[in-house]
Amino acid sequence: MKPDHLHFFIDPSRCIGCQACVQACSECDTHRGESMIHLEYVDRASSVQTVPVVCMHCEQPTCAEVCPADAIKRTADGVVQSARRPRCIACGNCVMACPFGVPEVYEDRHIMMKCDMCYDRTSAGRRPMCATVCPSQALFFGTREQIEQLRPASAPTNRFQFGDQTITTRVFVMTPKRLVTIAPYVDVTGAMTEQPTNRAITVRVITPSEPSDDNGLSGDPFADINV
Amino acid sequence: VATIPVDDLRITRRFGPHLSSMTGARLSTSVDPEKLVKTHCCFCGQQCGIQLKVLDNEVIGFEPWEDFPFNRGMLCPKGVKRYLQGSHPDRLMTALRRDPTSESGFSSLAYEQAIAQTASAIQRLQGEHGHASIAVLGGASLTTEKTYLLGKFARVCLKTPFIDYNGRLCMVSAGAANKKAFGVDRTTNPWSDMVGTEVIWVAGSNVAECSPITTNYIWQARELGARVIVQDPRITPLARTCDLYLPVKPGRDAALFAGVLQIMIERGWIDRGFIDQHTVGFDQVEAYCEQWTLRRTADVTGVPQRSLMQAAEWWGTAKSSFLFHARGIEHHSNGVQNALGTINLVLASGRIGKPKSGYGTIVGQANGQGGREHGQKCDQLPGWRDISNPEHRQYISSVWGINEADLPGPGVDAYELFRKIDAGEIKGLISICFNPLVSLPDSNFVRRALEKLEFYVAIDFFLNDTARHADIVLPGSLQEEDEGTVTQVEGRIIKINKAVECPGEARQDWRIIQDLAAALNRPKGFMFNEPREIFEELRIASRGGVADYSGVTYEKIEREMGVFWPCYSHDPQTGAPLDDHPGTPRLFETGSYNPIAKGGGPFYFPDGRARFNVADYRDPVDDASDEYPIYLTTGRVVSQFLSGTQTRRIGPLVKQYPEPLMEMHPKLAARLGINNGDWATAETRRGAITLKASVVTTIRPDTIFIPYHWAGDKSVNRLTVAAQDPISRIPQYKVCGCRVRKAAAAPEYAAVLEPQQ
Repeated sequence: MKPDHLHFFIDPSRCIGCQACVQACSECDTHRGESMIHLEYVDRASSVQTVPVVCMHCEQPTCAEVCPADAIKRTADGVVQSARRPRCIACGNCVMACPFGVPEVYEDRHIMMKCDMCYDRTSAGRRPMCATVCPSQALFFGTREQIEQLRPASAPTNRFQFGDQTITTRVFVMTPKRLVTIAPYVDVTGAMTEQPTNRAITVRVITPSEPSDDNGLSGDPFADINV
Repeated sequence: VATIPVDDLRITRRFGPHLSSMTGARLSTSVDPEKLVKTHCCFCGQQCGIQLKVLDNEVIGFEPWEDFPFNRGMLCPKGVKRYLQGSHPDRLMTALRRDPTSESGFSSLAYEQAIAQTASAIQRLQGEHGHASIAVLGGASLTTEKTYLLGKFARVCLKTPFIDYNGRLCMVSAGAANKKAFGVDRTTNPWSDMVGTEVIWVAGSNVAECSPITTNYIWQARELGARVIVQDPRITPLARTCDLYLPVKPGRDAALFAGVLQIMIERGWIDRGFIDQHTVGFDQVEAYCEQWTLRRTADVTGVPQRSLMQAAEWWGTAKSSFLFHARGIEHHSNGVQNALGTINLVLASGRIGKPKSGYGTIVGQANGQGGREHGQKCDQLPGWRDISNPEHRQYISSVWGINEADLPGPGVDAYELFRKIDAGEIKGLISICFNPLVSLPDSNFVRRALEKLEFYVAIDFFLNDTARHADIVLPGSLQEEDEGTVTQVEGRIIKINKAVECPGEARQDWRIIQDLAAALNRPKGFMFNEPREIFEELRIASRGGVADYSGVTYEKIEREMGVFWPCYSHDPQTGAPLDDHPGTPRLFETGSYNPIAKGGGPFYFPDGRARFNVADYRDPVDDASDEYPIYLTTGRVVSQFLSGTQTRRIGPLVKQYPEPLMEMHPKLAARLGINNGDWATAETRRGAITLKASVVTTIRPDTIFIPYHWAGDKSVNRLTVAAQDPISRIPQYKVCGCRVRKAAAAPEYAAVLEPQQ
């Protein structure tokens, strides 16, 4: 059983894209050689911002709901596990249904595998491998009190809006505190539009040109360098 | 003759780099290790604590070491996969000799025979051309015990002045500046001190990729209110969310520091009380800075006036602060001046020697700190002593049991050493932990010099790129096959513990050095039975020096999870023996005593005062010009390390970033007709290389960046310039003029070599 007071927090603003989590995940004693973490650049051409994706461990897991073989189980302490043998028929329904894009079907083994929050470790009160090694602590595992003390400008959120579907998860995402008062959830589909309304992270740069916003900040520090 | 024996490709086929992967016990989910060995990562200067899983004399994985205070279990991808360097198909299990008749260019020979042949070659050359015809190159990834022994071996056994090390490419600008300003060369505070500070200025350090764990400290400080200023030509992951980004033009750092100090002086944002009481030389610096008006500084550095003003205000008016720099400002023909420029900002602020205020250089290599302190540097003796100082010479000669007159004087820096090889003065070379063909600038010159050697012996665990030129290769040890100490980025001495035995005929490096000394019939002083005995002699040798380790023991290091030097066996004030000196986590605290100032003040000069030094700006050598209009700068990526001898052999790390990319801004790419992923050729006065372009907006449009971990046709050091700082002799890797064009076709290597080769 994972102790109730310990939670998983993701803080994408801290991710440095180093892939320590990905490399450490593949050292796990239940799926050695395979990483269950996805880590991607958002748009490398314009930013070094990367985002790590682990299983969010939904309270009502869509993957489990769409599974025709009832192969995906959620433990009493809220951890959604990899598909069970021999039930899994590797149909890939879960892969298509998961709003976070987490599960993967391993064709060679004919099974779906995904992050199970290092259940072998967390159920024994230890931290998951990825959150233990993460050098910038973009992945953090600990208590609510610890995260509040360590990240006073951010607030944990675990509600995500996908169109009409609201999803509540066991894993928290850290968002700027001032945004929590505006929206009690992260609007994922909203953020996929061309001009997201409440983008909160900007590079704080000053350029010699006219400032592009009220704080005198602009998005391009190299705007005036010609070649 | 040290030309390579056969075609490069044939050597590569046999000796790699090939990739290791997780197989056997390393892939099994049901195998338990016999033991977990608490030790440290073998790569960068952070020296994260890690536990290695060992089974049947093989490291089969890792477990985080969450109790070690510096990293608390955190690791970067290199640390996670470091264990895959062991049991590697490329591992040298026997000695090799150059053999052009062999398919791979080398044949095995018995270890004893290799030692005997090496000794006889050295004796022949020294007999014909004198002791100084042999040179030694060491490295800062070695334990401090090995670096100490190597310095002693060169001077006492070989009797040559010519020893230097790869720290010449790494920490010497910072070291020289620290000595000039503070009289001692070490980061001032433990990293935990920075949490709670008001401002952190990071100058020329891609912290997130080169020292990843430091990111968490800096960002934790920011969470608690610190403003972060990042000075870099690229928007690195740390710069992405910083409070103020200074997009400095490559090679203009000293101008930036002078300009910011000028603003601080004009606005009164300096601590006159501290300057008067604890420093000398401010008047000259003040006079020098006058010429650095805001307008001129902005013109020269490429940093907007408002940004310079903002930096000066935040830095000048803060109550607590840290300033860190790394190779970005140090790898310059003006590297010492750049580092002194940062120190001037720190001293003018008066914020040093306090719990939340300090200064430091972020070292690059595992033993970047310890490896520069105990005598493998050409002008240095153990304890950061000076080889030209008669008292220092006398003391070390007495420890080593030799006549002071027999101790050679100063040698030359590693690059000058190659010039001496080229000139025919140095005929023979012994190298360990150094891959100069990849890591030195203008590598076409380095190759020509290597080919002139009459005898070259390399000690390594893999056949590194330079060792392909060797007559004899002696199979050395991996970090996990030996024990010893290193001193990490904070000045904390830590203990490396042995996890496995050397395989085959491979030997621990210190044994190889001692075997050579014995074969040369000069075994006196090289008969240690274990690293601990070397460390015990090093303690005595360092006693009374600036880097005093005399109060450190292996037991104390393990008990306290590291000891900060200086740590005394005898009270420096009274000379009375001390049972258990606590070490010195923080330097320069008010009222602190050091053996140089003798109570006169906190800094390591006879008057106890720190030195301001005029940090003069000079244009870079081979600067961008009409003919070569683009700035070329170089650096690291997170999944590779130095010349890649180890990391280009670790499968998962190669997969993460397989080959060097040429990073350029879309404005530049558009002008040249280059798209992301196209082959592009960069050319300087020294050579050209063709790589795939990575078109990104996170770099200055007038600059391209190429990481330096690859060899041969992929080595950016074919392009870099061998201009060196006149004081530190560090090469100017971080800027030179180049031109870029779209390549007509893929380079030949693309069809022949694997990505890591």
